[in-house]
Amino acid sequence: MRHTPQTLFDKLWSSHQIAQREDGAALLFVDRHFVHEGSFHGFSQVKSRGRKVAEPALTFGIADHYVPTHDRDKPIANPEIAEMVRKLERNTADNNVALFGLRDPRQGIVHVVGPEQGLTLPGLLIVCGDSHTSTHGAFGTYAFGIGASEVAHVLMTQTLWQKKPKRMRINVEGDAGIGIAAKDIALAIIARIHADGAQGHAIEYAGSAIRALSMEGRLTLCNMSIEGGGRCGMVAPDETTFAYIEGRPYAPMGEAFARAIEDWSKLPTDAGAEFDREVTLDAASIAPIVTWGTTPDDALPIDARAPDPSRETDETRAAYIRGALDYMGLKPGMKLTDVVIDRVFIGSCTNARIEDLRAAAAVLSGRTSKVPGLVSPGSSLVKQQAEQEGLDRIFKDAGLEWVESGCSMCVGINGDLVPEGERCASTTNRNFRGRQGRGARTHLMSPAMVAAAAVTGHLADVRPLLAGREV
Amino acid sequence: MDKFTRLTAKACPLMRQNIDTDQILPARFLKWPRDKGLGSVLFTDIRTDAGGNDLADFPLNRPAWRNARVLIAGRNFGGGSSREAAVYAVYDYGFRCVIAPSFGDIFAQNSVKNGLLTAALPEAEVTELAAAIEADPAREVTVDLQQQTITCGNRSYTFTIDPVSRNQLLNGWDDVDLTGSYRAQVEAFRARDRQARPWAALDR
Ligand code: SF4
Repeated sequence: MRHTPQTLFDKLWSSHQIAQREDGAALLFVDRHFVHEGSFHGFSQVKSRGRKVAEPALTFGIADHYVPTHDRDKPIANPEIAEMVRKLERNTADNNVALFGLRDPRQGIVHVVGPEQGLTLPGLLIVCGDSHTSTHGAFGTYAFGIGASEVAHVLMTQTLWQKKPKRMRINVEGDAGIGIAAKDIALAIIARIHADGAQGHAIEYAGSAIRALSMEGRLTLCNMSIEGGGRCGMVAPDETTFAYIEGRPYAPMGEAFARAIEDWSKLPTDAGAEFDREVTLDAASIAPIVTWGTTPDDALPIDARAPDPSRETDETRAAYIRGALDYMGLKPGMKLTDVVIDRVFIGSCTNARIEDLRAAAAVLSGRTSKVPGLVSPGSSLVKQQAEQEGLDRIFKDAGLEWVESGCSMCVGINGDLVPEGERCASTTNRNFRGRQGRGARTHLMSPAMVAAAAVTGHLADVRPLLAGREV
Repeated sequence: MDKFTRLTAKACPLMRQNIDTDQILPARFLKWPRDKGLGSVLFTDIRTDAGGNDLADFPLNRPAWRNARVLIAGRNFGGGSSREAAVYAVYDYGFRCVIAPSFGDIFAQNSVKNGLLTAALPEAEVTELAAAIEADPAREVTVDLQQQTITCGNRSYTFTIDPVSRNQLLNGWDDVDLTGSYRAQVEAFRARDRQARPWAALDR
């Protein structure tokens, strides 16, 4: 008898299913659970029931959302923020959960630290009370963000009730041009499918352009799955994946690693497996992309113009465009390269891994930034590595601030905010109204494109700036 | 959690697309403990001006809809961040049901855990419903989860919600208690899984 061909996602789902209810909900086993300062709501629920964390060895605390990026050696100045970090310390200690805390050399953004430490592996189910948990899917992992009540449920039971999502495959075929990063691919996909295009679907990214991406690139891509409405995104594990994992602190070693590779090699989607939806993009047609509006699908190639609502036939759409242009302080139909910026931010779980910093540094090297800006590495270990490579000097010489690792200006809750009305070229993932601070205007783009904006003082095509440089 | 079966109340149309969780509840309020109540800061940055004064044209600020318990919104309501506190804010303000063409997946899931109904209707029907209420702001709607209907005047619409969420809202189930009754299955799974995926374990 032959097996029905299965997708990567089907295999991940069935290997975690403990039981199924009549209404279709399945009880799934959780292999790794990451908690951060914001998880205090979940811990409060656990405490109010008089319960404890069921599987402390599978739970990891990471301080990232509220941590200061300056003066780490001093006590945290803002008492409310200090209390958030302390709460995480208390909740993890009370439950015997390991913590990568504020002063731990392994501290960093949860979605950078997990892979870096070898906690993220193919074939696992990973959850965290953060929507960008989809990032970990880059390893062929079923990883998704959950809310506080679900965090509490996982803490108490190490399981979660879920209904099975539909399956969507996004194929990106061909070769991406020079200067085109995973971020451009991600934004091109979101522009195509829209911000709610993948709602209710588990995304698998496939095709030759995806296979060609490094782990860093795949992490960026999977990270943005949520911006296309998908709760998770994944790439099938391959040699690139295994090479990245080998030797990481929590990864299996020796014989266990060999056995793991054998098992992981069976995970990729079988030939002939069916998807509920397929979308295909041509990598060669993707240009450097920037966002102009207030959702990530407001994304256009850098040589385009801002939309003009008077040319829109759909009145709802026209009203949306008017509102977004007004918030962003842009004129209808203006050239995107004429958009003058006030500051830049290089950081976040989307684009602050070592390759991202190298890509930005390649553009900034020997040049100066026309605007102020922050560079916050994705983890303290990425920071250390960048310093060994001399990247920090390039950023500082260009006039940018080189700071500690954390979520920082991605969400601003540690105090790193974009002032009201200012415009920021940012490597982050959300350009929502008020995301980087009340009234802040965010343009999303790749690290190299942020560097190009810094050097020119306006949104700019990075490609001419790469001429004669090694990238 | 609170059950949801049937509700008759005023409905406030907030006909914008992509109202993400950062707009529903800006991140600076995520530090607030739940018992403080988050209703007072729901939509705060789009509901008030920089000086903290209510914007007169924001629907929730219109006197007719001050005590609305149903919210009608555009496509993709609650996309973005997984912050459950966004649901707390909607709920604490007094809403018990949000009607929209589509919802962010995590927002919808978080809503169920808190007794907030997310009812999906086709875009044209949401638009029609909102227009009917704009025309007569005092008009009430009836939302019936058992029947999966929304009634407004002599018009009735059938909404969609996945059966799992419907079940949970109607019964007011507590997930943790429910899972407790699956202990034997969990243990059997773990014994099997140890053999099947030895590399997944982490022992300290
Ligand atoms: S960097 Fe931004 S998107 Fe990533 S986990 Fe932190 S707040 Fe969330």
